[in-house]
Amino acid sequence: MRFHLTSEQVAIQDAVRGTLAECWGMERLHRFADGDADFDADSWQALMVLGIGGLALPEAQGGAGLGLLDAALVCEMLGAACAPGPVIGQILGAIAVAHCANPATRELLAEIAAGNKVVTLALGSDLVQSARAADLFLADDGAGGLHLVEAGDGVEIETLSATDRSRPVSRVRFGTVTAHPLYPAGDPMVQRLTDAALVLIAADSLGGAQHCTDLSVDYAKTREQFGQPIGRFQGLKHQLAHMALDVEPARALVWYAAYAWDAGLPDAVRTAAQAKAHLGEVYTRTTRAAIAAHGGIGYTWEYGLNYWFRRSVFNRAWLGSPAQHRARAAELAGW
Amino acid sequence: MDLSYGAAAESFREEVRAFLARAWQPGERRGAELKEFIRQFRRAGVERGYLYRSVPKRYGGSEQPVDVIRAQVIREEFARARAPMEVGGNGVNMTVPTLLERGTDEQKELFIRPTIEGDYIWGQGYSEPGSGSDLASVRTRGELSADGTKWIINGQKIWTSQGMQATHMFMLVRTEPDAPKHDGITYLLIDLNQPGITRRPIRQMTGQEGDHTFCEFFFDNAEAPVSWQVGERGQGWYVSRTTLKHERASIGSADGLGNQFRKLVELAREMGRLGDPLVRDRLAEIEGRVLSHRYSSFRLFSCAAAGDDPGAIQLMMKLLLTEIGHDIALLAQELIGEAALTEPEGAGARGYRGPRGPNKWLDQIMGSLGNSIAGGASNIQRNIIAERGLGLPRDLAMERDSGGKA
Repeated sequence: MRFHLTSEQVAIQDAVRGTLAECWGMERLHRFADGDADFDADSWQALMVLGIGGLALPEAQGGAGLGLLDAALVCEMLGAACAPGPVIGQILGAIAVAHCANPATRELLAEIAAGNKVVTLALGSDLVQSARAADLFLADDGAGGLHLVEAGDGVEIETLSATDRSRPVSRVRFGTVTAHPLYPAGDPMVQRLTDAALVLIAADSLGGAQHCTDLSVDYAKTREQFGQPIGRFQGLKHQLAHMALDVEPARALVWYAAYAWDAGLPDAVRTAAQAKAHLGEVYTRTTRAAIAAHGGIGYTWEYGLNYWFRRSVFNRAWLGSPAQHRARAAELAGW
Repeated sequence: MDLSYGAAAESFREEVRAFLARAWQPGERRGAELKEFIRQFRRAGVERGYLYRSVPKRYGGSEQPVDVIRAQVIREEFARARAPMEVGGNGVNMTVPTLLERGTDEQKELFIRPTIEGDYIWGQGYSEPGSGSDLASVRTRGELSADGTKWIINGQKIWTSQGMQATHMFMLVRTEPDAPKHDGITYLLIDLNQPGITRRPIRQMTGQEGDHTFCEFFFDNAEAPVSWQVGERGQGWYVSRTTLKHERASIGSADGLGNQFRKLVELAREMGRLGDPLVRDRLAEIEGRVLSHRYSSFRLFSCAAAGDDPGAIQLMMKLLLTEIGHDIALLAQELIGEAALTEPEGAGARGYRGPRGPNKWLDQIMGSLGNSIAGGASNIQRNIIAERGLGLPRDLAMERDSGGKA
């Protein structure tokens, strides 16, 4: 029986956290947020060198042979750092291509795993992260099938003013494109990949919510009013306790959802929906609470909390709102 | 991650199961006959090493090495067979571990065996009318008799569970009125059946009263032998803080919450509301928290089995359970609608076994409020999470009060 992280898993998180601390500090985030780019090549390279692109691929296919749980642990760190994308697209793109039936499409795998070809998600929405930088789009056809669309001819991209400044979206329309069919409608892999996306988004939300809680606690220890650190006052102390009470127990839900996916448990689909819904709520509540706990400084652009708030807006809506996933979870439970 | 307990645990499970199939056959026994059967069954359970695992053999326990997985398998199998485990209550949960850690040989000889066999029932004498969350402010006085052999006790204790049944009490009394608050308390054991002690049941907001509720106790020159004092004189506060974690980790509370949630879904179905999208949304939202609690308890259990520190999550489980209980109460109240206007059959009396309507949820709706208070009030839990979990500075008044000590 094992239901907490191994030292190897802790080491993976430390490696990603350390890498992002070097290449993605607040100064870089500010510059990126105020710039026009929807992709950051330096941090991308640094992350891909760690092998994140092929993390969840079998070793026989050049991957690390790890599972969705390990990918979720990575995504948690990306969320904590408000790191740019499209890493979730890359991880899922690699899984999608590795399991597809077409050998010619599978030839793309090495380049995807290495991060040389950038994959982004175009599922259920025409708003797509890092669309201008992407080489490949993991896209649905509106009728239940999945395809890998090549950038270039037939892909029309409209630049937008994106709310989430850490992972800017553009509007993408597919005309007559070059595409690799991956899975037809009804193939179990379509559901598997959607569920995996939900779990990874939940993990990103977990990391972001934890970061906002940590920042608020640190601030409460140093900010003084009435001659005291404000963290001594019970009103604030209890707000911070409730943020932690929201975030820390949710960690185990994300772990379980990822574990259930890896182990192919019967409740994997339902737990992915619950994780996406619950963490969407937790992230929304936590970013709001963090800004309230900081007072004036939290409301400034300069301090940066707004980037996590904006990311929580994105994660909440991405691939379905909490209420939509709760409705699915209710349906799947047979209620 | 791996949620199986492993092959060794599964073959152990077979052993436990075989034992239960053989030994737990209560048949049609009732009353005194059933009671005696259970006593013999528990003795057999001890002989097999399944019960009282942390209690030495000489005091009636089975003295087994710490093994949280085995302990969990035993709990699961006994629950599955609906067989009685250890006698519950404060005696087994608090008196015995405290005596094992801090008691004299005489005290262990005298108290442990009758406690685990269910002959001694212990009440907790901590809270007083003026000492709730600020427990170290207790004022019940203990003074030595002229010959120095007895403590003479005067004062009042309150919120004692099983108070009407209790034969003994472990209590905190102020013996050094001039010492700093935390250093003037002594931990005493006392026989409750004596002339200087009066007990009175407290009628609860649920209507529970009589034998089914908490008691308050009045001490008027009550006596306890000095040899029943646990730990040094004046050190009682620290004796009461003795915490033992022996095989404490379990996923029992998670199973309890899961069962309650399933009943809530059944209630929605019964009331014809399960198709209501608003009800479905609220159910699913509560379930998100129920699952978080469940898998966090797996996490704690896993850490305990591996000997790893789980961190702040262990400080959160009580408040989490309480808060989810409130959510469940609010939705249940919505679902039962007008049924809430009349009290259920057997209201206020535990043990009623007759048929009950949806208004039986009033027990949970009101009872969930007790969880915000009993065993460390919710605001105290928030302080604990903030101070010990998040490292925030202590409240000034409390820091002054404790002289900087925890």
